[in-house]
Amino acid sequence: MLNFIDNIDPQTLARELGLEQPLAQTRRGFLKLSGGAGLGLVVGFGVTAAPAGSAETTVPVNRFVEIDSEGLVFVISKHLDKGQGSATGLATLVADELDASIEQVHVRFAPADAARYKNLAFGMQGTGGSTAMANSFIQYRQAGAAARLALVKAAAAKWQVPESEIQVSAGQVSHSSGKSSDFGALASMAATQTLPEKVELKTPDQWVYIGKSFPRVDAKNKSSGAPRTYGMDFKIDNMVHAMVARPPRWGAVYKSMDMTAAKSVKGFIDARPGPTGVVVFADNTWAAKKARDAITIEWDFAASENRSSDQLFSQYRTLAEQSGPIAHRHGDAETALGKAAKTVEATYEFPFLAHAPMEPLDITIHAEADRVQIWTGSQLQTIDQMVVAGIFDLKPHQVHIETLWAGGSFGRRAIYNAEYSAEAAHVSRVWGKSQPIKIVWTREDDIKGGYYRPMYIHKVKAGVDADGRLSGWHHRIVGQSIFTGTSFESFVVKDGIDHSSYEGTGDTTYDIADMTIELHSPKVGVPTLWWRSVGHSHTAYVMETMVDQLAQKAGRDAVEFRLELLKNDPRKAAVLKLAAEKSGWGGVLPKGHGRGVAVHKSFNSYVAEVAEVQMQADGTVKVVQVTAAVDCGVPINPDNIRAQVEGGIGYGLGAILRNEITLTDGQVDQGNFDTYEPLRIGDMPEIEVHIVPSNEAPTGIGEPGTPPIGPAVANAIRAATGKNPNRLPFTKQGFA
Amino acid sequence: MTQLKINGVNQSIDVEPDTPLLWVLRDHLDLTGTKFGCGEGLCGACTVHLDGEAVRSCQTLIGDIAGSDVTTIDAISTKASQAIQAAWQELQVPQCGYCQSGQIMSATALLTETPKPSPQDIDDAMGGNVCRCATYARIRKAVHRAAELMEA
Repeated sequence: MLNFIDNIDPQTLARELGLEQPLAQTRRGFLKLSGGAGLGLVVGFGVTAAPAGSAETTVPVNRFVEIDSEGLVFVISKHLDKGQGSATGLATLVADELDASIEQVHVRFAPADAARYKNLAFGMQGTGGSTAMANSFIQYRQAGAAARLALVKAAAAKWQVPESEIQVSAGQVSHSSGKSSDFGALASMAATQTLPEKVELKTPDQWVYIGKSFPRVDAKNKSSGAPRTYGMDFKIDNMVHAMVARPPRWGAVYKSMDMTAAKSVKGFIDARPGPTGVVVFADNTWAAKKARDAITIEWDFAASENRSSDQLFSQYRTLAEQSGPIAHRHGDAETALGKAAKTVEATYEFPFLAHAPMEPLDITIHAEADRVQIWTGSQLQTIDQMVVAGIFDLKPHQVHIETLWAGGSFGRRAIYNAEYSAEAAHVSRVWGKSQPIKIVWTREDDIKGGYYRPMYIHKVKAGVDADGRLSGWHHRIVGQSIFTGTSFESFVVKDGIDHSSYEGTGDTTYDIADMTIELHSPKVGVPTLWWRSVGHSHTAYVMETMVDQLAQKAGRDAVEFRLELLKNDPRKAAVLKLAAEKSGWGGVLPKGHGRGVAVHKSFNSYVAEVAEVQMQADGTVKVVQVTAAVDCGVPINPDNIRAQVEGGIGYGLGAILRNEITLTDGQVDQGNFDTYEPLRIGDMPEIEVHIVPSNEAPTGIGEPGTPPIGPAVANAIRAATGKNPNRLPFTKQGFA
Repeated sequence: MTQLKINGVNQSIDVEPDTPLLWVLRDHLDLTGTKFGCGEGLCGACTVHLDGEAVRSCQTLIGDIAGSDVTTIDAISTKASQAIQAAWQELQVPQCGYCQSGQIMSATALLTETPKPSPQDIDDAMGGNVCRCATYARIRKAVHRAAELMEA
């Protein structure tokens, strides 16, 4: 349906973006360039993205640190902050090494420029996979340390004293003679200092902010409705508003329309067909919405996906009974299962899920002859740049992206084919004039828009031997591949097997001697996407409810049974023990309550969660308490780690309680928060998060809190009722 | 032409009377603190105070509120709102933050009416405000904290 560049060769991409160029060389070039511009003053990366009260001119001390004449420090974030707190994390790393004060540190988003701002884990600019802190931990500390050294050198030169006698603390540079300066007065000089290739970093005992909960850099703006924060708030002179009426089924093609009624809508300009649907242009957002509602469109459904989700499930159930391609195998599951004294067999069904971030998608684009400017919460800047450039027949560097704060994403804004940015490019071409156009999605556009967490069926058989030890695990998964056919395919899909479909199963660190994972990847015309924790969003549910049932079969305590299987994974065992201990595991519960546990590793972090549920008279469940323990390496910002685990739990809980996207004859049944009812405050349990102290390299935290909550709650329900919630969401079955 | 007072300023709004207040605020007056989340009164991101009461601006048509007094997050400054905003920062409530304007307007209305809310009062008053980041546990704590700050 869409004329997107679906397959971008990574090598072409690298060449186009100059990624082979060593970063050190680029940095020197940048410093030289800025030094040569007279006073070293350059215009900042755009006033709109800057925090309120910031100056418009700053000195780039290096590519990640700018300082203005007032002494404000701007950390240039290569990552999109969509709520996960990465902006604050990066600010923490820089501020610590720079010895800045908390108050002086602000964050701006980097321009789209992969050579300087690539995610070291991706090789391109982008945010995802809970990699922001992991890939930036050394890089941003080095940037902070380099900026500090540059300030020291500048002060030493200015005051004619040895560098070794200069102190920096809480944003002040000083010398024992009594001379002192804020950063602002030294910034221009600092930018021209020659620095060694490697700058020494602090040792952990010298850290002033890392590990100590640096306050969020965005809390004030986000608690006061500050202007020009999100893409949705963006406005520019002479801007046209647009909405797109997209086809009601994927793969449908535009035939004709009747816009007679729209013409009487005040502010309506025009409606024109484009590659992704009918584009409605208007003077303002409401007029665009009202006019769109008034237009009747005929679609051709000959080539569209016309199946219902019930039909898809029925086809998946058939596949689940047939052996499929082997995704993973170690040992001999069949023989081990033959020897098992007892077995557990279960079939699980997971629905499509929408991400439904609070801020619906939005983007503003302005295309000129040889330059395209985009303003949006871009999560994969390099892909957006690449695809949009292709549509305009430009080079990627001619596409400029100003990244704005995003009101959530959970994966939705990181799109392998640049979906909504590509659409904006097409809308701009359809408009034909060089004029800024803002495209807003409604909530219905978002919920019905696809790019869902795929539907899956898991069919599992596992056993325990006469001594109560795990004996054999056979696991078959049916569900669409997210990565096949995308620009990321070569990284994730091997021999037709998409690792993201079964991650968290075959790679378990449970000591399971004999295990087979089979994977069917049926082709369905519904676009799918990573949804907070990707494959772990369903695999952890299956692994952890199966292990729990096996413990029960073996007559063993659920925590002890797991610990015995985790002899080779001390970090996972440690979070499990900590969560169990803090939750009062094994203690007596009131009647009608149940307690369940789950532990899962994802994005290299370990999270255990113990959930306590209270069964309701109407057969529903209320989760009253969750106790979590997490090990994500060095806890850069403990309060943000707690916040992400709290939020990850809430996000996962809402989904298992009542969220599903269903299709009737290819059309999405849900549309807004009445039919896709999110978790609300009354559903939120009390949550305690305990962090395991660690000196290991930092790992992910945006996603790992989500996978364990589903199985922890399911296990608690089984403990309370004996029922197994194997079909999700829970609204599909009662527990009365 | 609809006459009304917005954030203490008299405004004459020349839009179709069926235009939701939300879009008048955002598109015509450039008051973007009030957010668009669902357009159906289901998420509370667009909550403003209309004559002191928390309402969903996406469900409030401009033609129906002539002569009213509207206050938005962009300008609210009462004892309750200041306590709420201080508590929101102290407890680091926002994540993506997009819903928080609406959360703060609802919480302010609650504290103005009920200075010492019970946990149930909070769940009832805030039940219409969705947060997809699920900052709810901190919202509860922050409302209690704001109640303390107001007493101090």
